[in-house]
Amino acid sequence: MKPVTRRATLAGLGIAVPSLVTLSACSGGKKPAGGGGSPSSLSVWALTGAKEDTYQGSFDAWDEANPDNPFAVEFFANDSYKEKIRTSIGSGNAPTLIFNWAGGTLEDYVGNESVVDLTGKVDDILSHSIESIAKVGEVDGKQYGVPNNDTQPVVLYYSTELFEEHGVTPPTTWAELMTAVEAFVAADITPIALAGQSVWPELMYIQYLTDRIGGEGVFEKILTGEADAWSDPAITSALESIVQLVDAGAFGSSFGSVAADAGADAALVHTGQAAMLLQGSWVYGTFKQDAPDFVAGDKLGFLNFPAADGGAGDPANVVGNPANFWSVSADADPEVQELAIKYLNEFNLNEDMVDSFLGMGAIPAVKDLEDKLPDLDDGKFLSFAYDMVINAPHFQLSWDQALPAAPAQELLTNLSQIFLGEKKPADFVSAMNATLDS
Amino acid sequence: MLAPALAFFGVFALLPLAGVVVLSFFAWDGLGTPSFAGLDAWVAVFQNPVTLNAMKLTFLMTALSFVVQFPLSLLLGTFMAGHQRYREAFSVLYFLPLLFSAAATGIAFKALLDPNFGLSRAFNADFLKQDWLGSPNLAFYTLIMVISWSFVPFHSLLYQAGVRQIPKSMYEAATLDGAGRTRQFFNVTLPQLKYTIVTSSTLMLVGSLTYFDLIFILTGGGPGNATRVLPLDMYLTGFRSYQMGPASVIAVILIVVGLLLSLGLNKVSGADKMESQMEGA
Repeated sequence: MKPVTRRATLAGLGIAVPSLVTLSACSGGKKPAGGGGSPSSLSVWALTGAKEDTYQGSFDAWDEANPDNPFAVEFFANDSYKEKIRTSIGSGNAPTLIFNWAGGTLEDYVGNESVVDLTGKVDDILSHSIESIAKVGEVDGKQYGVPNNDTQPVVLYYSTELFEEHGVTPPTTWAELMTAVEAFVAADITPIALAGQSVWPELMYIQYLTDRIGGEGVFEKILTGEADAWSDPAITSALESIVQLVDAGAFGSSFGSVAADAGADAALVHTGQAAMLLQGSWVYGTFKQDAPDFVAGDKLGFLNFPAADGGAGDPANVVGNPANFWSVSADADPEVQELAIKYLNEFNLNEDMVDSFLGMGAIPAVKDLEDKLPDLDDGKFLSFAYDMVINAPHFQLSWDQALPAAPAQELLTNLSQIFLGEKKPADFVSAMNATLDS
Repeated sequence: MLAPALAFFGVFALLPLAGVVVLSFFAWDGLGTPSFAGLDAWVAVFQNPVTLNAMKLTFLMTALSFVVQFPLSLLLGTFMAGHQRYREAFSVLYFLPLLFSAAATGIAFKALLDPNFGLSRAFNADFLKQDWLGSPNLAFYTLIMVISWSFVPFHSLLYQAGVRQIPKSMYEAATLDGAGRTRQFFNVTLPQLKYTIVTSSTLMLVGSLTYFDLIFILTGGGPGNATRVLPLDMYLTGFRSYQMGPASVIAVILIVVGLLLSLGLNKVSGADKMESQMEGA
């Protein structure tokens, strides 16, 4: 064999380099940057999943009415959309209509002048949106986003069957919740299913507990970046309550392996392995799809999160995702922006879309549905969740959406360590306070 | 003749590489224009306990994967090169994991290892009902197992080819000298496989620095930070926290360590002056 030259050695090392580079490239999702992004024509990206057909139907209706200016529509999976949209906005190739979650990301877009001020231009659509939800689309008092789908409050689901069998009252206060937890632990049933692997379902606990204990003002201080805002006693108390739940065995011993994306948390409830589940209203659809008999047999009950004993927060407050929002790209030509605004006023959340959402058990963020809901197939759940949202003095956007990206990630990691017992509440507070300076 | 390959390598490897190095001196959140930040990102990365922990985990993962994979693939490869009965049937089985994409492997193992709905429930086997991927103490070692399951077949294949190239006459001579099977393995097979071992080890060590897809699907870096190795830390910093500066620093570290490791292996093993020990070559 011939001696190998230095050049060949270097070429051999080359295999290491491309693998690193493809690693960073694989984040962009599967689809190439095809359609969307031209400033001179209408384009939109939306998410795949149950609501895909509803959006497609709405854009088809627009295309039919405006054959000269059709929408170029592309659908993406949630995670790849979130990565792709940021790059495309950053590089000036955003679609005309930008699907977003309001909160921290929308503020970033506004700060970067990537989206258009819609104040006064979208009054038609806002006039029939639920007011508290439409307000979430505001940044500094100006309207930058309008709701485009259903409202998703976080609900405490429970199995009526297991509660009856073990003679437990559905909990409306913290003390009742702890009693229920003890009863189910004694009966060798996981009291509350928790998708700990996905981490974000753990946020629902700290959000509700903080709100119930200290009211909505606690997180508002954090959002405005006030120094040491995480040191509020309500946060510490909420964290201690979480530790209390974990220690009491409320989530069983293997919640770290339960993932929400496959609906494993809901499955634990409808297969009788767990009694309760704190999750978004969208999980009702999962229950309906995975266990139609369970839902049809009235075995699924729902409640608002229990009140804290002596807490300062209003027990009617709700956390979750108020809705998703459409914003209009500032990179689009002015006449294209006008067309997009026309779409928002005339087609977004119109009667067809509302009916389509109701048909899948989702509650569109639209006013005056009270009379319509009870007669529908899922009337019981829809009325419950709609009343919950309409009657809520405050609807708190999920913290991971409300905060800027980096602190939100820090929050998820630290919170998961609280649930795993790897971190003390005091360490959580100091780690989170550190994110306020940046 | 080299031009197209060089151009390809330049555009798809060197150019992005240079981009990453430049970006590591900037602050950029993915929106707007990157602003020059000097060494800020570098200082931040080396002071960040999460990244330091990720470095520790990466080296631990590299070492452990090697310790598990090297003997297994060497033995399997030697076995597959022989002429025993049913050898081919076994070889096909060992080969199977190589045919699955990392994503499919990840999703399948995630389902099998689920303590509530996985294997333990299917076979009613309580000892399998562990929080494999959800416990901070277990998840890392579970990952090593799944990674080894995926990559051992490839390295076995390398060793099989290596063993097949050893001339039969060397074994005949060893037999005449009275060497038994074990003796033959250590005194003939192993020394003759020297370069196969270098190749396989380089791929194993450098490859384990860049494990991403399997870990991303199985644990996403969790529980807590228990499996957040450097490539994952780079991704999460860049595409979840949108801190492109620090993410680029981590990428540069990975590249440098990968290059040093392969260079070092080549130097130590003397593969840069490869000569055959085989007769007549």
